[in-house]
Amino acid sequence: METLTSIINLSLLASMVRISTPLILASLGGLYSERGGVINIALEGIMLSGAFTAAAVTALYHNPWIGLIAAAGAGLAVSFIHAVASIRFRANQVVVGAAINILFLGVPPLMSGALFQSTGSTPQLPREQTLPDWNIPLIGQVPVLNQLFSGHKPIVFFALAMVPVTYYVLFRTRFGLRLRAVGENPEAADTAGISVERMRYAGVLLSGLLAGIGGAYLSIGQNSLFTRNMTAGRGFIALAALIFGKWHPVGAFLACLFFGGAEAISIRMQGVVAIPVQFIQIIPYVLTLVVLAGFIGRATPPRAIGQPYVKEK
Amino acid sequence: MKGLISSLKLPLIAVTAAFLVGGVIVWLVGDDPFFVYELFFTSAFKGAEGIGYTLFYATPLIFTGLAVAVAFKCGLLNIGAEGQLIVAAFATAWVGLMLPGWPTLIVVVLAMLAAIVVGGVWSGVPGVLKAKFGAHEVITTIMMNFIAFGIVSYLTQYHYRKPGDAILETYPIAEVKGGVVTGTHLPRMHALLAPFGVSFPEHIPLNLSFLLAIGVCVIVYVFLWKTKWGYELRAVGASPTAAEYGGISTSKNIVIAMVISGMLAGGVGINEVLGYRYRYYDGFSPQYGFTGIAVALLGRNHPAGVVLAAILFGALQRSALFINIFTDKVSKDWVVILQAVIILFVACEEIFKFRSRRLKVAAE
Repeated sequence: METLTSIINLSLLASMVRISTPLILASLGGLYSERGGVINIALEGIMLSGAFTAAAVTALYHNPWIGLIAAAGAGLAVSFIHAVASIRFRANQVVVGAAINILFLGVPPLMSGALFQSTGSTPQLPREQTLPDWNIPLIGQVPVLNQLFSGHKPIVFFALAMVPVTYYVLFRTRFGLRLRAVGENPEAADTAGISVERMRYAGVLLSGLLAGIGGAYLSIGQNSLFTRNMTAGRGFIALAALIFGKWHPVGAFLACLFFGGAEAISIRMQGVVAIPVQFIQIIPYVLTLVVLAGFIGRATPPRAIGQPYVKEK
Repeated sequence: MKGLISSLKLPLIAVTAAFLVGGVIVWLVGDDPFFVYELFFTSAFKGAEGIGYTLFYATPLIFTGLAVAVAFKCGLLNIGAEGQLIVAAFATAWVGLMLPGWPTLIVVVLAMLAAIVVGGVWSGVPGVLKAKFGAHEVITTIMMNFIAFGIVSYLTQYHYRKPGDAILETYPIAEVKGGVVTGTHLPRMHALLAPFGVSFPEHIPLNLSFLLAIGVCVIVYVFLWKTKWGYELRAVGASPTAAEYGGISTSKNIVIAMVISGMLAGGVGINEVLGYRYRYYDGFSPQYGFTGIAVALLGRNHPAGVVLAAILFGALQRSALFINIFTDKVSKDWVVILQAVIILFVACEEIFKFRSRRLKVAAE
């Protein structure tokens, strides 16, 4: 019992929220891209580009906010490569995504070598040069909520806010309707006068923006430097969460919390319980397979996903 | 002949473009591109030393390139070769560890079978999930990769590691003493060439697996283009609906293609464990599975093309170490970037070809 309470308590929930943050951002980003019909397995590479850029720019300009903006810009730039290749040149979207992931295994260490004479990491940032901890005025007084939602980095609140925002944008705005139309039935959308290309560019670029910020959280929020391959598969977990959540913002959010929670527990269980950590780490992946096999309801992807759109002449 | 030249043209353009971009990157980082490329060519192609290592690094890429190509011929993208080759490599070492005292030849054959079977089973799961439930193979193979990393690292760490060993690796299945290998292993090139009076540097790990890989290329070619099963597999890849009308089962062929793909990826385990390290070493693969996608793409999903592309990527891998040491600023990561740029160019160029064919069809 004592072991159980030492693992499951309020601070576990708080750490679940923190660990889930980059997943939520990448997953919501992937949602925009895939709802528009473009598979985005490059989330991993985009997050790496964001994480590296945030740490490198902060190290150079000594201001985490500039680093954060730069990370968002890097995410946009990388997703632009994805968009041009898969929308303009109609390349195989999965192949392009895989190439971008490989590209950003190489770019950060090469650049950190050139900029900081290091082999893969950026310099350690002093604590005051990472993002500050924020407290929300009213919540600080509520007993349970203050432990859950106080003292987080700004990106945590941004990620939590993006869930209802994404829901609203996707299901209550004209932009969202058009994006979904392009992902489900591009021919019909085209006939209705919607530019399939433009909507898909928007979806992919939004995914880059959010995943880039998610990456920044790792390097200048949770940590204070970039290390080689620091995302460690989070982009793929975000992708799994997207499917687990059936391509719905709330579903994806809950799946991210679940995966984040699994990781939070696995960190606490190390050395406390006899179950090897590897087994806890593979739970999200096994569950995703179970979901895909249709055991927990069917996850149907957007109908036109992965197919380049060729306009009829 | 004309067909050969035209099928070589586009990959060559893509590779040349990628090398130009690679040169610009070297220049931007602050080194001399000509020196880097000189290092690349001399380290990878000069003498038995260079060529031997290049072919050694090409061997796993031939297996993974073929794996991706066979799946691709059936319209599937297997990005799980990484996981398949890892479980296969572990299974290879495991057989060696489980059968001490058995005749070497039998253990070697069983270990090779284990690599192939386990690789095939690991890719069969996504195959069945796709055929039965329509689950996208890209996602399921990625998931299977992570599950493979977890399980194999667990088994290595908790059950098959020598107590006190700081490195995550299993007990060895063969010992090297004074240049002579005893135990479960495949002969290296110097041992194979010695009876013919040809001397080959003893330290180069190029081994029988390379010849196996070439043999497998021929088998895959015959299977895909000269047998009924290969024809059906390609028909499903070309048009699933047309294949179904023709009485060809798509779901059956999807499973077959995925299983064969994983069996081929399993070949990497043979090269790594029986030909090189004589144990399972956790984290041995520098993304062989993912590089396999590039190899297959560049090689036009044809076995001969796969061999050529694998040699190019093997050469890059070989030169990475030299570039890392002998340049001031460019690290071995530059090679990784170059590989990614090649994939990007080939991916976009593939579509360029597709469009011109479309236009031709439209014009007729």
